[in-house]
Amino acid sequence: MSARAVDVRDGAAPPAAGDVSRGEPPAPAAAGDAAFLSVRGVSKRLGHTQALRDIDLDARADELLVVLGPTGAGKTTLLRTIAGLETPDAGSVGMAGQDVTAVEPAARDVALVFQNFSLYPRWSVRRNLEFPLRAPGRNIAEAEIQRRIGWAAEILKISRFLDREASRLSGGEMQRVAIGRAIVRRPRLFLMDEPLTNLDAKLREALRVELVELRRTLRTPMVFVTHDQAEALSMADRIVVLSEGRILQTGTPREIYERPVSPIVALQLGQPAINLLRVRRAGGHWVTADGTPLMPALPTGPGERLLGIRPEDITPDTAAPAGAPGDAGEPSGVVKIVEYIGPTTTLLCEWAGARVHIMIPRRGQLRPGDRIRPRIDAARAVLFDVASDTKLPSTGGSA
Amino acid sequence: MSFLALEGLEKTYADGTRAVRGIDLGIEEGELIVLLGPSGCGKTTTLRMIAGLELATGGAIRLAGRDVTSLRPSRRDVGMVFQFYALYPHLTVRENIAFPLRAAGVSPAEVSSRVDAVAARMDLVRLLPRYPKQLAGGDQQKVSLARAIVRRPAIYLMDEPLGTLDADQRLAMRELIRAEQLASKVTTIYVTHDQEEAMSLADRIVVMEGGRIRQVGTPAEVYDRPASRFVATFVGSPGMNFIAGEVVPGAAGPAGEGTFVAAQGKVRIDVPSARPGEVTLGIRCEHVYEDPLGPIAGSVVTEEYLGNASNVHVETEAGRLIMRTDSQSRRPRGSTVRLRLDPGYISVFDARTEERL
Repeated sequence: MSARAVDVRDGAAPPAAGDVSRGEPPAPAAAGDAAFLSVRGVSKRLGHTQALRDIDLDARADELLVVLGPTGAGKTTLLRTIAGLETPDAGSVGMAGQDVTAVEPAARDVALVFQNFSLYPRWSVRRNLEFPLRAPGRNIAEAEIQRRIGWAAEILKISRFLDREASRLSGGEMQRVAIGRAIVRRPRLFLMDEPLTNLDAKLREALRVELVELRRTLRTPMVFVTHDQAEALSMADRIVVLSEGRILQTGTPREIYERPVSPIVALQLGQPAINLLRVRRAGGHWVTADGTPLMPALPTGPGERLLGIRPEDITPDTAAPAGAPGDAGEPSGVVKIVEYIGPTTTLLCEWAGARVHIMIPRRGQLRPGDRIRPRIDAARAVLFDVASDTKLPSTGGSA
Repeated sequence: MSFLALEGLEKTYADGTRAVRGIDLGIEEGELIVLLGPSGCGKTTTLRMIAGLELATGGAIRLAGRDVTSLRPSRRDVGMVFQFYALYPHLTVRENIAFPLRAAGVSPAEVSSRVDAVAARMDLVRLLPRYPKQLAGGDQQKVSLARAIVRRPAIYLMDEPLGTLDADQRLAMRELIRAEQLASKVTTIYVTHDQEEAMSLADRIVVMEGGRIRQVGTPAEVYDRPASRFVATFVGSPGMNFIAGEVVPGAAGPAGEGTFVAAQGKVRIDVPSARPGEVTLGIRCEHVYEDPLGPIAGSVVTEEYLGNASNVHVETEAGRLIMRTDSQSRRPRGSTVRLRLDPGYISVFDARTEERL
């Protein structure tokens, strides 16, 4: 991959046409693991709300960074600050090694795609796509404009309706065109603000994969904001978990899913949510308030913890009938609700004095009222400190 | 005779739009039926005709043996639940639950005894004197469900009631509705476009498209044996994988065995009891396995990590296939794999009609 920087800012010369005609991705601003975007110590107050608090983040030159958080976490403010639509009260935004904090939005050469499709409804798809390329000062040759539109239309599978009026498109088609309008400009950075949220489930699923593959083809960094944990897990190279204007954790989807730093982060990923059980150390085990032993406990450290265990890491053991040889003991759990969802089945159970979700492969034969002996996979449990909300090391899989 | 029977039900609007094009459906007492389909499929119109909010332009509706086709809504004994609205903050839990009964002019003594009954059933008695802001989130949802169902009609009709809730609340509410319906056994018809909601709630799912019923069955039937490509795509996340090809008579297999051939003969799969002809083969992602001796070769394009599983997208000689794997195994992009399909879960659709064969 060439590391040649291509400047497609307003008024600058367009990149060599050869790249486009061969269907090659435009050259990125930089290659490899170097950070393209670096946000340092950014804080921003909006009215009475401290929207962002001392944000530090990097997006590498060839990376899809997802910012995940609930409504009001500060995601959109962060994106707008990166785009230059908001000026931070403190801190800086850097791109390709250059401080752009004071640079005008148009000169940052980033493309924003919003949740709402924001097309000109009476214009054809083609005209919508041409518009950003015909902006004053761009001076892009006509042949080049058409080449880029053809290239974007093919990638996004919208060639068929280039001459259709935008208002006649379905929601999914419109959002494809909106993305097309962002990629024809070949910006240095994509900023996506919940672009899939208003689409129906089937389209979301399809566009999720398309966007990831598109970004990889373009090799342009992308910051993608969402409140949807499935989007975050499946799309991200890395996830930044944002809450009340603060970054709680940054890591790969696996790191955050398997080793969340706090119960708040743990609850943001996974559906159904992680089970959180208050436990205390007794007789070498972590036991719940009603005395149910869950897993072995090391003899040191705090005597009370919050134990996090994902639904798929509990087995609803039914094999040994009560009174069978061995120490299986009485079944301690009861199945309350069975939710069949295709490849898996979710059980809501009453166990260990709590309501616990267990996920099993779909062929399970369990019914409401069945008694079970849940077993947790201790190696996959996470122990949180009750007081400090900080993750502590698991006692490991010595069960 | 079914508890609720829809017979040749039709709705054509004045502008000629045929929203519902002849629906036949029998619903048994105590069932939870989900009408599932994309927007414009006629599911909400059907529900509104059962409620009496729209009048049918053809066919009949019978409820408990009585023809209610042209009765006013108030004469039908149906309870329509549109959404689980937020609770009134200035009213206690008791007053919140009582609200729909008071609005309907039920006598105070009757209101009181019915609120007590629903509160007892849903374990809300100790919360009755409290105000909504004193309740935990889960209890607030319970109260809003109690309020929605405190009237005990012959049938509950629910029109996308979880539409405005966020993902966590939807999940919790879904469980509450299921638990309450299992306990009360009131016949319920529930409309949604969310296939996961349908699968998790329904005794039987009615899949609709273009004003018609495309399939009626238990969640497992609809999921495992979809009646058409449409159902196979709409139900499941992701939808079914498809491979276009042809069934030719099997060479050495037992009688009735055919061989599915795709990708110019590069892919050959034995399919039991399939007639020769142009077909589309369908397989769910969890029934696609990696197998060095599998009949389909491809390379990994994308891995979608989902936490509890991964969907691996594989570009094969027979098109793109998605394989579900556990999330612990990782397959680098570009690596070559061979895939096998679980023969017990192969669906075969007519290439032209797209109906199941």
